[in-house]
Amino acid sequence: MKVAVCINHVPDTETKIKVSSDGVSIDKAGVNFMLSPYDEVAIEEGLKIKEKFKGEVTALSLGGDSHKETLRKALAMGVDKAVLLKDEGVRDSFGVAAGLAAELKSLSPDIILFGKQSIDYDGAQVGTLVAEMLGMPSAAVVVKMDVEDGKVFCEREIEGGHEVVETKLPAAFLAQKGLNEPRYPSLKGIMAAKNKPIEEKPAVAAEIRVETTAMKKPVPKSAGKILGTDKSVVPELIRLLHEEAKVI
Amino acid sequence: MPKFQGVDFFNIESLLSEEEILVRNTVREFVDDEVLPIIEKHNRAGTFPMELAPKMGELGLMGATLPEEYGCAGLNNVSYGLMMQELERGDSGVRSFASVQSGLVMYPIFAFGSSKQKDHWLPKLAKAEKIGCFGLTEPDFGSNPGGMITRADEKSDGYILNGAKMWITNGTVADVAVVWAKLNGKVNGFLVEKGTPGFTAPEMKGKHSLRASVTSELIFQDVHIPKENRLPGGEGLRLPLSCLSQARYGIAWGAIGAAMACYDSALNYSKTRIQFGRPIGSFQLTQAKLVHMLTEITKGQLVSLQLGRLKDAGKVRFQQISFAKRNNVFHALEIAREARSILGANGILDEYPVMRHAANLESVLTYEGTHEMHTLILGEDITGVAAFE
Repeated sequence: MKVAVCINHVPDTETKIKVSSDGVSIDKAGVNFMLSPYDEVAIEEGLKIKEKFKGEVTALSLGGDSHKETLRKALAMGVDKAVLLKDEGVRDSFGVAAGLAAELKSLSPDIILFGKQSIDYDGAQVGTLVAEMLGMPSAAVVVKMDVEDGKVFCEREIEGGHEVVETKLPAAFLAQKGLNEPRYPSLKGIMAAKNKPIEEKPAVAAEIRVETTAMKKPVPKSAGKILGTDKSVVPELIRLLHEEAKVI
Repeated sequence: MPKFQGVDFFNIESLLSEEEILVRNTVREFVDDEVLPIIEKHNRAGTFPMELAPKMGELGLMGATLPEEYGCAGLNNVSYGLMMQELERGDSGVRSFASVQSGLVMYPIFAFGSSKQKDHWLPKLAKAEKIGCFGLTEPDFGSNPGGMITRADEKSDGYILNGAKMWITNGTVADVAVVWAKLNGKVNGFLVEKGTPGFTAPEMKGKHSLRASVTSELIFQDVHIPKENRLPGGEGLRLPLSCLSQARYGIAWGAIGAAMACYDSALNYSKTRIQFGRPIGSFQLTQAKLVHMLTEITKGQLVSLQLGRLKDAGKVRFQQISFAKRNNVFHALEIAREARSILGANGILDEYPVMRHAANLESVLTYEGTHEMHTLILGEDITGVAAFE
């Protein structure tokens, strides 16, 4: 079984984001980057599939040199090969998908895994776009996956429940948290990863269809209001929650 | 409490390799996910979180610098140090567990053991399927281990061991004890297996420090040790002292981890604790304390890193390890106490980690060579005159 996992290098979830002086990007100074958490779930699923069916897992990432750090983590977790599709520039989801799809076409994996979205821009588009570009079926927000005789049975998380779907390979799957519990890269894995090369190639050029024109921080929360400290204020509190805050 | 983001005022990260960063981040994540959620409970109960042992083994934290052929990771010393830093950011007891297993049990078996001993013990110890302990200190011989009275007498079919050891980390839970005893007047190492008749390892209770760590006595009463259980790779005090150098090296890094946890806790607290209508972090005295903490952590980081680089190059001197252990532990303890004062009364609660670290570091200050003994080792090194012989 040939598995490809597409992963992204994103700011740590604890980062306090600052907008750069250009107004359209984030200030990366002092920001820790990490493997996007949903992508970590995708890697784990890829490794589990490999452990069950043999074969190999290739991790791909499109971006600048800094993405090597995340690819190295994937190798340390147990991925066999890593490919960096190099582009230091800015791409929209379509551009990222086009770059990945071009490489995946020649790789022709049986299964392509993604996180359901990367946690920086939250586009939740790349996996589905890649599948469309390659003309393969895809299932998103997957919380359970069983591979059997060239078919995959999945459970997708939907509002209020799960949808059970079935598709044929090759296909793409977008992992949701809960699909598995990602392993830590073991220290032995980290040392072994040192000897696994990261293949670098330029990402194929792609048209930018959506351009970022501004980044805005949310409006800061206004100060709270204290109505009083005894029960006499309860009716007023209910009125305000109902009429002003409109939450009840 | 926000997730720990590291303390790196001097961009020390830029001096680390990709895999060193990955090792640190992995252990950091492990400590956040597995150690911190359970450590206060164990500290209160006075128990070691034994559920962590197999997980630590699986991750490769045991004997991490030893070669792959024994199931170990083959890390360099800087990676090992970063690992110890993160473990002790969790708890000194958890770091001690890894230090003892790695530096004081696996290392002597690796360095002085027979190939049969290595093949038998190292893979099991690496996975933490088996736990080890190290018996050098005795009730009356701490800083002066050469005066030990535990002795081994040669018999036709092995040795008879008599004596007692004290302050032994992991003693009660250990499957194998690396015990140092005098054989014909010279210090020798013996592997004593759990359950050997005449060997008992009662746990020492009532500790105010290192509560999440097992500390024991080892008692040997006419214990018969088979011939093949002696470490054949040499004799003399030099052997156990070389093990202590390994463990002290890890402590030098570990202390910084404990200091980082205290600093991080105090810094966060100072930003949210309001007095006189302002966060206490805005007051000059609090800022002075925080700056002092950051300064000492940063200096300690640089000392440890250079120590690690020297060790990796095979050029480290034991006096340099003494320097780092002495300096980093002393300042970590000072930082823990300062952090406690910033947290005020809240600082004594186990809702925050600082009092636990402060109490732990009181032990770390005197174990593996007291602060004073390391001072005298350095004093001898620079003057050429030993103050203690």
